[in-house]
Amino acid sequence: MASPETLQKLKERFPEAEISEFRGQHRAVVPAGIVHDVLKFLKEDVGLALIIDITCVDYLYYPNAKDRFGVVYIVGHPETAERMIIKTFVNDPAPTLPTVTDLWEGANWLEREVWDMFGIRFEGHPDLRRILLPEDFEDHPLRKDYPLQGRGERHNIPVVTRDLG
Amino acid sequence: MPLEKSTTYIPKDDAQEYLWTMNFGPQHPATHTTLRLILKLEGERVVDADCDIGYLHSGFEKLAEHLNYNQYVTITDRMNYVSPMANNVAWHLAVEKLLGIEVPPRCQYLRVIVAELARIADHLVCNAAVGLDTGAFTFFMYAFNPRELIYDIFEALCGARFTNSYTRVGGLMYDASPKAIELIREFVKRFPRALDDMERLLTRNRIFIDRTKGIGVLTKEEAINRGVTGPIARASGVTRDLRKDEPYLAYKDFDFQICCAQAGDCYARYLVRMAEMRESLKIIQQAVENLPPGPVKVAVSERIALPEKWQVSSTIEGLITHFELIMSNRGFEVPCEEVYCATESPNGELGFYIVGDGSPYAYRARCRPPSFVHFALFPHLIRGHTLSDVVAVLGSLNIIAAELDR
Repeated sequence: MASPETLQKLKERFPEAEISEFRGQHRAVVPAGIVHDVLKFLKEDVGLALIIDITCVDYLYYPNAKDRFGVVYIVGHPETAERMIIKTFVNDPAPTLPTVTDLWEGANWLEREVWDMFGIRFEGHPDLRRILLPEDFEDHPLRKDYPLQGRGERHNIPVVTRDLG
Repeated sequence: MPLEKSTTYIPKDDAQEYLWTMNFGPQHPATHTTLRLILKLEGERVVDADCDIGYLHSGFEKLAEHLNYNQYVTITDRMNYVSPMANNVAWHLAVEKLLGIEVPPRCQYLRVIVAELARIADHLVCNAAVGLDTGAFTFFMYAFNPRELIYDIFEALCGARFTNSYTRVGGLMYDASPKAIELIREFVKRFPRALDDMERLLTRNRIFIDRTKGIGVLTKEEAINRGVTGPIARASGVTRDLRKDEPYLAYKDFDFQICCAQAGDCYARYLVRMAEMRESLKIIQQAVENLPPGPVKVAVSERIALPEKWQVSSTIEGLITHFELIMSNRGFEVPCEEVYCATESPNGELGFYIVGDGSPYAYRARCRPPSFVHFALFPHLIRGHTLSDVVAVLGSLNIIAAELDR
């Protein structure tokens, strides 16, 4: 739920943002080029200074979807219940977005998880390594074209035998 | 996939060769769970820390795309396994928000009761662990005793002590039996004394204060900048509590306080958790004494929750609804929409971002785990403290690795 003033300010500053509402939640879809500016504006001028979540949805098999990945930023007000969902779309090949770690320290791990699971690069991220999966893992498993049971990674782990000698 | 040399930690500065690198975990009793810390030490002082997580990663979010909305509740039990009831409530609240239904008042009250009992259990375990790691073993035993009573209540409510899976879309698995209500009343009566005992044991204990006061300080600005929520943020002076700010379920009916502290150190986090248990107890007491009568599931005409057995065998609507929900090619209608719904879980804001695509399975169900955000704080909090403070800071953050890695 975002306050009417916030929505008004956002509309004035970024006319290209498409604002919609569902079950009392306000969402703004913005082009990937200005997502950093929008978040900076929300943080510094509106006061939505709390980064709650950064996540991604792979729309590969979604009905009537035009773009592949939707990256979702959820920001909130540290004192009131106000929140806002900012969404942007990126596409193959090499989906890339600017990092928001310069705005929020807390975005660091959240962006690393999105890179790990979806393979979306964040330009300017100080430490973009895999976070949950092993470093030599090659796929991004939450993409929709990755099978539930994996691509045989688990069966190829070398067996370390106990050396009794 | 051949084994290769790890690149997780490469010493960067040759000039600091006198520094020790110490591996803490992944299997170390003081981590309580499976996580690994790579500490850079100068003598006993921690210069830097790197967190290596993912040992318990089991693809819960991928599984959510292959299990239906009722089946996935069993997976949420395994996220924060110290307070599974709170996760159950959070998951089905999010699903109900997506579907646009509201559960009956009795169900709301019962969900509040179980969520608050889970909060007490979680805080007991967290504070007990901090106590244990700093040498207070008796306190640990005192804290685990009332936790056992809570598990007895859960057993009376749903038959399971640990992995409860108590909620369903549009209601609960069972209504609370008179026996369960009696157990809750007894717990409300007995718990304040146990809490008093615990406070007398530890709150003014000299050793405990020396080990926790001024350790791992998090300021209010940093807490906001790093997305911290829950008791850790409240110990730093952030007054955000979703139960008050955006009252979900029946929280607006109850009289309770938000517990805050200013210091932001391990001791303040301990105090906030202790105080929150008393407030939770107040909520439980009000809820159990004013428990409204009525059904615990939405009406049969909504076609969301499975009807009771007597409705299936004696009414045609019940029979049809049962059939419609059980047949694999039927089920309830889910809109092609996305929704984010958060609850105040014991650890902080636990939210689910659900994308529905009309099928009985979630297209994507992202879990916003509080432990993940809080563990990212760890290197920042431990820098400059000694090795023995690692366990105090780790304990006070209440990291649950299953929720951290999902």
